[in-house]
Amino acid sequence: MRLCAALACVVVALSGVALAVDTTPPLPTPVLQQRYYELTHELRCMQCQSEALADSSVGLAADLRVQVRELLLAGDSDDQIRDHMVARYGEFILFRPRMIWRNAWLWGAPTLLMLVGALVGWRVVRARARLVDIEEAGSTGESLEP
Amino acid sequence: MNRFLLPLAGFALLLAVLVVGLKRAPEKSILPSPLIGKPVPQFTLPNLFDNTQPVSSSSLKGHWSLVNVWGTWCVECRAEHEVLLQIKQEARVPIIGIDWKDQNEDALTWLEQLGNPYERVGTDRDGRVAIDWGVYGAPESFLINPAGTVVYKHIGAMTSQVWQSEFLPRVAAGPGA
Repeated sequence: MRLCAALACVVVALSGVALAVDTTPPLPTPVLQQRYYELTHELRCMQCQSEALADSSVGLAADLRVQVRELLLAGDSDDQIRDHMVARYGEFILFRPRMIWRNAWLWGAPTLLMLVGALVGWRVVRARARLVDIEEAGSTGESLEP
Repeated sequence: MNRFLLPLAGFALLLAVLVVGLKRAPEKSILPSPLIGKPVPQFTLPNLFDNTQPVSSSSLKGHWSLVNVWGTWCVECRAEHEVLLQIKQEARVPIIGIDWKDQNEDALTWLEQLGNPYERVGTDRDGRVAIDWGVYGAPESFLINPAGTVVYKHIGAMTSQVWQSEFLPRVAAGPGA
């Protein structure tokens, strides 16, 4: 029982730590706040490259969050904000690569590989099935017993 | 024999892809700047030394220049400082400093103690101009041609070797480079 209480204390203490990254006040409307949430989660922090803007505690991420916020308040669309960031930092700032021709292989390759895999699988299964047919034909046509 | 040939070829192909990927990993970790080949981002910043004369992007036209983003909090900036002083002595390409997210007093003390390689220093206190330049870690150095176009970007400390192999040849090749 005492152990449980101690563990609960630890969990509560740790959960408090994780909350404090983005301390900016919420945007005026829930819609804007939701868009802010989504954008800061799909833009990369360039300094600590596997973190999103929203989760990063470094100064540059905070500056970029401020810009996202200002652009939202200025009435920019999500795409305009993404373009704004890409123009400065390149495609890499987007966690989700855009569907443009230059990225065609990126989006197309998995589908292509799956098709190739399915084709190979189908051919293997068909070849095996034919083997069974031949074996069955052999066993009925001729007795193997001496 | 034939039934092993295809998987083997597949394996060889995979191996080739992985080897090339590994070999190119170091250069891929440096992110290319979308600014290369584009006109410099417009800016006007307060001058560190002279309140009455702002430092702006229009002063980057008509001659080659090196734009160096630095800060006194940046360890690598101290490492490259000596090289910047050498570049100043060469007197071929003037260096414009952008002092990024710093304090004026700290910056002035730094330049007093280590020497000042900059022709002018703009102070970017809220980091807005640095974002327009796509800066994500100081020091970063940009080579600007006389037309005001970004020609090359180096991320990390400037070294004599980088200056001589990447920057000077581009300056020597002329404005079209």
